[in-house]
Amino acid sequence: MEAAHAHHGHGDHAHHPYGIMRWITTTNHKDIGTLYLVFSLTMFFIGGLLAMGIRLELLEPGMQFWRPEFFNQLTSMHGLIMVFGAIMPAFVGFANWQVPMMIGAPDMAFARMNNWSFWLLPVGATLLVASFFVPGGATAAGWTIYAPLSTQMGPGMDLAIFALHIMGASSIMGSINIITTILNMRAPGMTLMKMPLFVWTWLITAYLLIAVMPVLAGAVTMLLTDRHFGTNFFNAAGGGDPVLFQHVFWFFGHPEVYIMILPGFGIVSQVVPTFSRKPLFGYSSMVYATASIAILSFIVWAHHMFTVGMPAVAQLFFMYATMLIAVPTGVKVFNWIATMWKGSLTFETPMLFACGFIFVFSMGGFTGLVLAITPVDIQLQDTYYVVAHFHYVLVAGSLFALFAGVYFWIPKWTGHMYDELLGKWHFWLSMIFFNITFFPMHFTGLAGLPRRVPDYNMQFADFNFISSIGSFGFGLSQLILVYVVVKCIRGAGEKVSDKVWEGAHGLEWTLPSPPPYHTFETPPVVK
Amino acid sequence: MVSHAQANQQTLVKLLVVACAMFGFGFAMVPFYRVLCDALGLNSVLKPDLPPVNTQVDTGRFLTIEFDANLRSNLPWTFTPVEKSVRIHPGALTQVTFEVRNRSDRRVTGQAIPSFGPQLAGRYFKKLDCFCFTQQTLAPGEARRMPVVFVVEPGLPQDVNTVTLSYTFFEVEGKAGKDS
Repeated sequence: MEAAHAHHGHGDHAHHPYGIMRWITTTNHKDIGTLYLVFSLTMFFIGGLLAMGIRLELLEPGMQFWRPEFFNQLTSMHGLIMVFGAIMPAFVGFANWQVPMMIGAPDMAFARMNNWSFWLLPVGATLLVASFFVPGGATAAGWTIYAPLSTQMGPGMDLAIFALHIMGASSIMGSINIITTILNMRAPGMTLMKMPLFVWTWLITAYLLIAVMPVLAGAVTMLLTDRHFGTNFFNAAGGGDPVLFQHVFWFFGHPEVYIMILPGFGIVSQVVPTFSRKPLFGYSSMVYATASIAILSFIVWAHHMFTVGMPAVAQLFFMYATMLIAVPTGVKVFNWIATMWKGSLTFETPMLFACGFIFVFSMGGFTGLVLAITPVDIQLQDTYYVVAHFHYVLVAGSLFALFAGVYFWIPKWTGHMYDELLGKWHFWLSMIFFNITFFPMHFTGLAGLPRRVPDYNMQFADFNFISSIGSFGFGLSQLILVYVVVKCIRGAGEKVSDKVWEGAHGLEWTLPSPPPYHTFETPPVVK
Repeated sequence: MVSHAQANQQTLVKLLVVACAMFGFGFAMVPFYRVLCDALGLNSVLKPDLPPVNTQVDTGRFLTIEFDANLRSNLPWTFTPVEKSVRIHPGALTQVTFEVRNRSDRRVTGQAIPSFGPQLAGRYFKKLDCFCFTQQTLAPGEARRMPVVFVVEPGLPQDVNTVTLSYTFFEVEGKAGKDS
C-alpha cells in the first residue's frame, strides 16, 4: 500500500519522507484519512473478534468457554472498541479524505494538529486493548461504564478511563479542524447552502462532538477522582449519587449516537443521487433535518434511564421529545426515496449498501420509537430488544453507510475500480447474515432475555443458536471487504476516469483518479 | 492558505473555549442535579421526614417490621439490629436500636443507606430520627448503639403486612482521620 501511494506521490512532485516516517510525520489530509481508515478497519476486526467471543458463549445455554467476568469484559470492550475505535475514526477518516476535496480546500485547516489527532488514537486503543492483560482484566462495567460498578473495578478500568480521555481529546481536535476547514476554507462561490450534504452532516456532527466529548471527559474524570482521590461524585456513602453518572454519561451518550449516524446520512445522501442520476430531493430540508436531529439530541438523554426513578412529568417529557426525533429522521428517509423516484437507477455496490441502509436503518428507527414509549421501555430495558435496536441503527446504519462510502470513493482514492462481483457478494452476505444475527434478538428480548448475561434459560436456545450462526457468517463476510480494498490499493482492477460514476457531481470528481498528493492549491471557482 | 491563517486561529480559539466550557458544564451538572433532586423531593432517604400530621394509630391492624443490617465488603465493622423484628400498629411512634462496633485498629467513618422491601413501603415509612442522617465515625474498637425512630403511615396499602427496613453501611474513604 505504501509503495502504491509513494509512487503516485512521486509523480505529483510531493515532498515527503518515504517509508514509515512518511506516515508518522504526515500532515497531508489524504494520508491522514488513509491512516484513520486503516486504523478503524483494524479496530473493527478486533471489536468483531470480541463479538465472536460473545456469540460463541451464547451459542448454547450453559457456560462453555468463558468465566462470567470475562464474558462481561467481552461485551464492554466490544462496545467501547466499536464505538470509539471503529465507527467514529472511520467517519473522521472519510472527513479527512473528502471534506477538503469536496469544498475545494488545499488541506485541512490545522495540518499539524491533524497529524496529532490521529496519532493519539493508536495510543488510546493500545491502552484499551492492554487492559485485558492487567490484574482483574479489562473493564466489565459495560460500554456505558455505569457507577458504582466502574468505581470499584481493578486497574483495567483506569486504563479504559485514560483511553477515553485520549480518544476524546483526539475527537475534539479532529472536530475543531473539520469545523475550521469547512467554515474558513471553502472555494470561492461555495456558499454554505451549496456544500455537498456529506460536508453539511460533518459540520453539524463536529459541533456535536465539541459540545459533548468534553462532558464525557468530565464524567470519566469524576470516576477517576472517585476511584483514587476520595471524592464522592457517585459514591452514595459520601453523599454522591450513582444515578448522576447516568445523567452525565447520557448527556454525552445520546448526542454520541447521532455523531455516529449523521455522517452516515451524509454518505447516503451523496450515493443515492449519484446512482439515481437525479439531484438530491429536498436538499435544504435535509440540512434543516440534520440540524434539528442534532439539537433534539440534547434533550432526550434520559430515555436511556426510564427505570431509575424519575417523576412522571420528566418521563413524559423525554418520551415526547424522543418521538419528535422521528419527524426529521422521517424527512430524510422520504427524501432519499423521493430522490430515487423515477430516477434512472442502477445498483452498483455503493447503491446496494445505501438502499440496504435505508431499509434496515428504518427498521432500527421503528424499534427506537417502540422503546421511546416509557411503559414499554420499562418492560424492555436491558433486554435483547434493545441490543437488536441499536445494532440495527449502528451496524446496518452507520456501518453499512461506511461500506457504501468505501465502495463509492475507493475508485477515486486509488484510481482503480473495485471488484464489483465481490462487492455485491459482500453486500448480500452482510445483509443476510446481519438479519440472521439480530432479527431473532427482537423475539428473545420481547420474551425477556436480559443483555450482558453469559447464560440463559433453555427457552431461548434456538434463537440464540440462530443469532450466533448469523454472527459468525457476518464476521467472515467482512473478510471480503479487506480483500476488495487491498486489491484496489494494489492497483488490480481497471483504471477509472476522473468522474468514476456517470451520475457523480461535485468537486472531488473534477480531480484525477487517484487525486494528486496536493489538490486545489489554487482554489476552484464554484458557480 | 496564508490568508486563511488568521481566520483559522480565531475559529480555533472560539472552538477551544466552547470545548473547555462544556468540560466545565459536565461538572456543573453535579450541583444542578442536587438542586433538582431537592426540588423534586428525590433522593431524600438521608433526611428526616416531617412527622405525619393528624395520625391516628390504627389499632385494628398489625404490621411486622423486620430489620436487616449489611456491611459493604471492606468495612471492618460488625453491625446488627438489637431487635430482629417488631410488631406494631400503623401510625404508632416506634423506636428501635442498632448496634455497631469497629473491629479494626483504625478510625473508620461509615454512612448507612436505607432501603425498603417492598420498595413502595418507603413512601409510607417516615423516619423521624436515624443514624443514617449523619456519617458515623468509630474509634478503634469503639461500639455504639444507635436509634431509629419511625412511624409507618396508616395509608400503607392493606395487602402489605410485612415491611423490611434494610441498612447497608458503606465506608466513607478519606474521612477516617476527621471527626464527624
